[in-house]
Amino acid sequence: MNSAMVRGLRLVGQLAVDGVWRMGAASRFMSIVLRRSATTFRRIHLLIDEVYFAGALSLIIIVVSGLFVGLVLGLQGYETLKRYGSAEAVGTLVALSLVRELGPVVSALLFASRAGSAITAEIGIMKSTEQLSAMEMMAVDPYSRVLAPMFWGGFISMPLLAAIFSAMGVFGGYLITVVVIGVDAGAFWSQMQSNVDFWDDIVNGVIKSIVFGGAVTAIAVFEGYDAPPTAEGVSHAVTRTVVTSALAVLALDFVLTAFMFTGV
Amino acid sequence: MERTTIDLWVGIFVTAGLIGLLVLALKVGNASSVSVSDGYAITAQFDNIGGLKVRAPVKSAGVVVGRVEGIGFDNQSLRAKVTMRIDKRYEFPKDSSVSILTSGLLGDQFIGIDGGSDAELLGDGDRVRLTQSAIVLEKVIGQFLYGKAAEGGARN
Repeated sequence: MNSAMVRGLRLVGQLAVDGVWRMGAASRFMSIVLRRSATTFRRIHLLIDEVYFAGALSLIIIVVSGLFVGLVLGLQGYETLKRYGSAEAVGTLVALSLVRELGPVVSALLFASRAGSAITAEIGIMKSTEQLSAMEMMAVDPYSRVLAPMFWGGFISMPLLAAIFSAMGVFGGYLITVVVIGVDAGAFWSQMQSNVDFWDDIVNGVIKSIVFGGAVTAIAVFEGYDAPPTAEGVSHAVTRTVVTSALAVLALDFVLTAFMFTGV
Repeated sequence: MERTTIDLWVGIFVTAGLIGLLVLALKVGNASSVSVSDGYAITAQFDNIGGLKVRAPVKSAGVVVGRVEGIGFDNQSLRAKVTMRIDKRYEFPKDSSVSILTSGLLGDQFIGIDGGSDAELLGDGDRVRLTQSAIVLEKVIGQFLYGKAAEGGARN
């Protein structure tokens, strides 16, 4: 009678066990990558190539979206704050929301879809065309030659991209509120400076972006390495990278925010 | 080591990132504001510090002259003990008074120093005797309401 229910339970159980299994495999994989990353820093041109691939090529999308997010924040913030007669506080609003949340989170999401997916696709195709096994045949370690540089390239790029995003956003907010609408520039900057704390806000934002960078690139590299060696497998792996990184970034953001910005 | 175009782009990217961080730290944040690492510390005891926080500004005549360095509780006097670090450029007489003020109706709390007229100056580790606690809005409203009630009772 309950065969459907049993099947459902079995499916849930299987999914849970599979998830834990993959988690373990991912942890083992990442520990190997980290252990073999000494070569990455000895042969610095490998790392520079990956920083170019993950970071410099993401510059355009980060700069443009940062600017537009800042413009929208400035406009919306001004429209709301002017009802309470405190339009000058728009600088604080823009800076705090960018530095604390939007900068790290939105640039991590953009980074996952721009660079993370590319990393997964590249590793997945290298694997399916047996380039990684060919390297092993030639006694070249694919971990230290391909995977570790990719991980560290993304890890280094992400905080820089988040900083550029936030700076561009503040500039966008300045542009729309001070230059276009005509809020007083002095009040805009001084309110911002007196309310944004270097350690509490900016350093915590940078810590967030470092954590997100590690999470997104780790997921991207692992999904690429774990992809089934078929065209379909690689395409699924890329999709999984974007979905998993987005979920991981948002969940980590909640945890980090709960640690950083509550209490005193 | 020969240079490649990729190096240039990575250089541009890393420089832009570092400039972004610098802009955030100096232009957006308060890292550029007066850091009073070299100054002298004075203490004061208050009955109630309200919502005063560490790193709150210490102002005299509206000018920031220092920052709150530590807030503690004194077991002997059962009062709050606030340590402030004052920039060494500013000097205050021994009989100056400190009070906890609020910027605006709902703003942050800060410490105000009113200069006295003593010839001796406050030095490192000195304690300011004259203090005025934070005004707790609930208490003021409570007193006002009790006052009104008592007035009403007297009339009837």
